[in-house]
Amino acid sequence: MFYVSSVPPRFTTENYSIVMFSQGIGRSFVNSLTVTIPATIIPILIAAFAAYALAWMKLPGRGFIIAVIVGLLVVPLQMSLIPLLKMYNATGFLSKTYLGIWLAHTGFGLPFAIYLLRSYIAGLPKDLIESAQVDGANDFKIFRRIILPLSFPALASFAIFQFLWVWNDLLVAMVFLGSEEDKRVLTFQLNSLLGSRGGNWDILTASAFITIIVPLIVFFSLQRYFVRGLLAGSVKGG
Amino acid sequence: MADIKLTNLNKSYGAVHILKDVNLDITSGEFMVFVGPSGCGKSTLLRSICGLESITSGTLEIDHAVVNEVPPSKRGIAMVFQSYALYPHMSVFENIGFALENQGLPRSEIRARVEKVADLLQLTPYLARLPKALSGGQRQRVAIGRAIVRGAKVFLFDEPLSNLDAALRVQTRMEIAKLKRSMPNTTMIYVTHDQVEAMTLADRIVVLQAGRVEQVGTPMELYDRPGNLFVASFIGSPKMNLITGAPAANHKAHTLGVRPEHFTVSKTEGVLSGTVDYTEVLGSDSFLYVATPHGLLTVREEGKTSFRPGDAIHMTPIADKTHRFGEDGQRLA
Repeated sequence: MFYVSSVPPRFTTENYSIVMFSQGIGRSFVNSLTVTIPATIIPILIAAFAAYALAWMKLPGRGFIIAVIVGLLVVPLQMSLIPLLKMYNATGFLSKTYLGIWLAHTGFGLPFAIYLLRSYIAGLPKDLIESAQVDGANDFKIFRRIILPLSFPALASFAIFQFLWVWNDLLVAMVFLGSEEDKRVLTFQLNSLLGSRGGNWDILTASAFITIIVPLIVFFSLQRYFVRGLLAGSVKGG
Repeated sequence: MADIKLTNLNKSYGAVHILKDVNLDITSGEFMVFVGPSGCGKSTLLRSICGLESITSGTLEIDHAVVNEVPPSKRGIAMVFQSYALYPHMSVFENIGFALENQGLPRSEIRARVEKVADLLQLTPYLARLPKALSGGQRQRVAIGRAIVRGAKVFLFDEPLSNLDAALRVQTRMEIAKLKRSMPNTTMIYVTHDQVEAMTLADRIVVLQAGRVEQVGTPMELYDRPGNLFVASFIGSPKMNLITGAPAANHKAHTLGVRPEHFTVSKTEGVLSGTVDYTEVLGSDSFLYVATPHGLLTVREEGKTSFRPGDAIHMTPIADKTHRFGEDGQRLA
């Protein structure tokens, strides 16, 4: 069995112009960024505070809270879609809004974020924190001046994880943002391209390449924070 | 003024009793050294005074005020950590100025005070550097500078020299001694397991063992009149010879303590006899390890020695330099 091609193959950028300018991809690109950037930053902020508290502050029931958070890691998010959506609808102002999806992604990302950041922050030298306490820094100051700058590698790795996950997410966006034209995210738009155009693989591959650009930029701009030896010179001779 | 008074201070972690009824009076301006074998609780005691460890029972007073529940930063103390604990992402300037920044001082004053301290510690050329670009001794000085800049009345040192090499350790030890002399009103508490540091730096030494204070006294008091067997064998290098049996009974004691340097040796006669097992000749002095019926004894001789391994040797303790201990290990008058 063989195919006979009636038109000879040729190089073209036509598919890219179709994808970028005629199919509403531009709009959904902006929508995706609108969803992804806050949905990456908000959980990092919350989780970093929580991770410091769970690693270094004396709280009653700290071990239990950590165990619960680790437990939440294995809860599939699909389980919470319906209750969450009902809650959103009850409030009225959260359903089908960007704020709603930011909070949803934040909630889904937090257990992993806290788990990851806590284990990193707990590994920072105890002497540093005690030294800052003796120097008269309160917990906020220690967090801001000592913990945050030293946790950059962990913050950056979580940022990449969360960004990729939110950027590639289709399910949560469909459920919480809906399918109205002006709120479609990139993944949704690609999915509908596929639907309306059947097997147009030429369009699909071009659009897939466009979606991959942003995660690549994010990765390469954050990877410089994966530095080793951030703690060099701090404790001991090393 | 910064008197420190510990009354029946206890510290336990759950069932583990670390510090047992510690009573201490440290007067203002004193250089106090806590010394003891590892695990004796000396660092825990220091950290309790600092406020990094809570006190299980008993009281800690600084300047006649009970400070059991006062956070470290409000106790007027500064601490130099064993690991230095420099903030790795801050320059030397920021490291030294961090405490002042927390006090909310204006920038100009922070700058002036940091520069003054840097000048004192010869750190001025390094103010812009990060800790990782400093040598071990410089990091140590930054750690000390961080303590000085706050103008604290009490300095706590937790084995500050243990990460330095031998030559630098001697030099830094002298610098700390000079620093103390330049700040006569500052109380310093220094933890070490190195008795040379303890003997050379201290006004008074606290010998700790298993969470208990064994003896408190000036270095020479501990050397001349150790209160019990533990202090006797802990202070002095090489260790004091502890002889039991007939020679001790002759002195009406259970155990007779004689320092290696307090024997007169002879090839012909003496109270104790034995065979030289091994010799260490250092030039300035020589150590003879002598096998006797009462165990292996160490003898120090000035200069070089004429004894060789295998020689017979007779030793007599110098009369008023012996230490007598009872059956309970306590000193007999």
